[in-house]
Amino acid sequence: MPSENVRISGHIIDSLILPKILDEVMDLDGTFEILSLAIGKRKTDPSTARLTVSARSQHALQMILRRLARLGATPESVQDAQLVRARKDGVFPASFYSTTNLPTFVRYHDRWIPVRSIEMDCGIVVNAEGPKAICIPMARVKRGDLLVCGSTGIKVAPLERSRHREVFQFMHSAVSPEKPKAQLIAGLAREMRVIKRAKRKILVVAGPALIHTGGGPYLERLITAGWADVLFAGNGLATHDIESALFGTALGVDLKRGTPTRDGHDHHMRAINTIRDCGGIRQAVRRRLLTKGVMHACVTHRVPFVLAGSIRDDGPLPDVITDVLVAQDVMRQHLLGVGMALMISSTLHAIATGNLLPATVKVVCVDINPAVVTKLSDRGTFQGIGIVSDAASFLRELCSALKLR
Amino acid sequence: MCRPTHYTIAYEINPWMRLTRQTAHDAARRQWQQLYRLLTHRLRARVRLIRPVRGLPDLVFTANAGLVADGVLIRSNFRFPERQGEEAVVEGYFQRHGYQIVRLPRRVNFEGEGDAVWIGSTLLLGFRFRSDATVHERLGRLLRCEVLPVELRDQRFYHLDTCFCPLGPTSAVWYPRAFDRYGCRVIASRVPDTIAVSEADALRFCCNSLVIGRDVVMPAGVSNSLTRRLGRRGWVVHEVELSEFLKAGGAAKCLVLRLT
Repeated sequence: MPSENVRISGHIIDSLILPKILDEVMDLDGTFEILSLAIGKRKTDPSTARLTVSARSQHALQMILRRLARLGATPESVQDAQLVRARKDGVFPASFYSTTNLPTFVRYHDRWIPVRSIEMDCGIVVNAEGPKAICIPMARVKRGDLLVCGSTGIKVAPLERSRHREVFQFMHSAVSPEKPKAQLIAGLAREMRVIKRAKRKILVVAGPALIHTGGGPYLERLITAGWADVLFAGNGLATHDIESALFGTALGVDLKRGTPTRDGHDHHMRAINTIRDCGGIRQAVRRRLLTKGVMHACVTHRVPFVLAGSIRDDGPLPDVITDVLVAQDVMRQHLLGVGMALMISSTLHAIATGNLLPATVKVVCVDINPAVVTKLSDRGTFQGIGIVSDAASFLRELCSALKLR
Repeated sequence: MCRPTHYTIAYEINPWMRLTRQTAHDAARRQWQQLYRLLTHRLRARVRLIRPVRGLPDLVFTANAGLVADGVLIRSNFRFPERQGEEAVVEGYFQRHGYQIVRLPRRVNFEGEGDAVWIGSTLLLGFRFRSDATVHERLGRLLRCEVLPVELRDQRFYHLDTCFCPLGPTSAVWYPRAFDRYGCRVIASRVPDTIAVSEADALRFCCNSLVIGRDVVMPAGVSNSLTRRLGRRGWVVHEVELSEFLKAGGAAKCLVLRLT
């Protein structure tokens, strides 16, 4: 909720200016909190009040502040944020402000300007044109950029706790396998419908265990039905998905019978080799070599995917972005408009994505290991639910809650 | 006071002023002269005159020039650029006559006696259309007195002295509908004996009256009932025709700045 501290002083009690200010704030649908009130001892002594005024939106707050200014209440003098130029490419000034993933505002020329694309552990660069404040990762800063430094003139808005109980409570309770999952998943399906109605995107971040446990066909169903708008994964998920499409196995294990196949250990390498030979996943789909699976569904349903590489990758597939900084940037581009992130049986990519997400995005973390779910919530994911479950079982339940056959 | 030598309607900065409804110069001079003679001859007031300046038609409304207290002039900061030229003229005059000048910060608007009216030892400050509420704290500090800001809500009564006229420390003539409920409560709590006037009388600027002793100099045309009510309380009403000045939104009180 946007808010501003205001100060009013003078003969504000007997002139009824203070009660009038409080009434006006409420008449304009705002709320106030009196921070301090010092009343003059004699009739001629001035009294001083400081209050925090909050409103539903920035626009509503400005309306209230304009009205209060006419009554003599002025925003407390807040200094502009301190700006220092970066001396080198990729290096912040020493006293740079390190961001959180909460909505943040920077004071510039006596106005609060919102920081765009906020994510945690970055800096804030201020562009005088506009003026604009943009969150920037350390590696992307250019020499001469104006960086916000110190702590004055910076306001971080806490996320509001919802008044009614909802699925996305703040992750304050311990993650535990002993929780009723059916209700959680039904609530999640409802929330997904809300997100889609609001024309926001649903992001799926998935690890290879999703394929190993047989969850591939369910994710494919979510994609073809339009419930997934972006997919973030690594070389593993794509490789095993393609392996299962080409050979019916994941890491050599037959997905139908659940038993290892003969010479199956090299199936994933043959899958990678086939795709490398084609030049990429899209080309393999076009040449009808790849005819099913999650990656096939992404290509045929125009769902963008980002495959980010890691040091232990086999191959990798030609679609994998091996420069992690480039991968981060591509992921950032796809995060615009995302309202919910489903992170399923992935530690590396889930945490990487969690770091890039603003706190306003709702996060669902599903893993068989409670430690992963806890770890993500500990890293500052505010609005989320943690579900300790096997990926395939979760996706099967979710598909049925979304009424997908 | 200031002779209406250059008085005319040169711009529109309040709902009364209309460029199409010009003043009759001779009539204005006659009316002003009548007021001057009433003050100096009949009421034996000592009046000093400031020299009129071409291009500053509203200099004639000297009450808006500032607020005088104990040899100090708190100079006005006019809201409209059209009148800001008067500031230097007024300041020069008071400096020459040995007054100490207090200038307010440029960003706060204050239009002198137009918006600052004494009731006993308390100063009432009208704000919104011309003066800013924030100025009240500074006035309180400068004058070491209680200053109560009240908000005006009717554009036609853009200065406090157009809708509120104290007759002494405990009674006043006022037009309550020019104030909001907070202002009404503040005035009611400070002035035990208030005489509320009708809209017709308020529009004749009966609240823009000069009070000297028990004499009240009022613009002509107010209702008999009001003069009777004042008469019953022992006030002697003198009516002066000031219709030419009403065209610019001013009357008896606006034409005079109190020096003592």
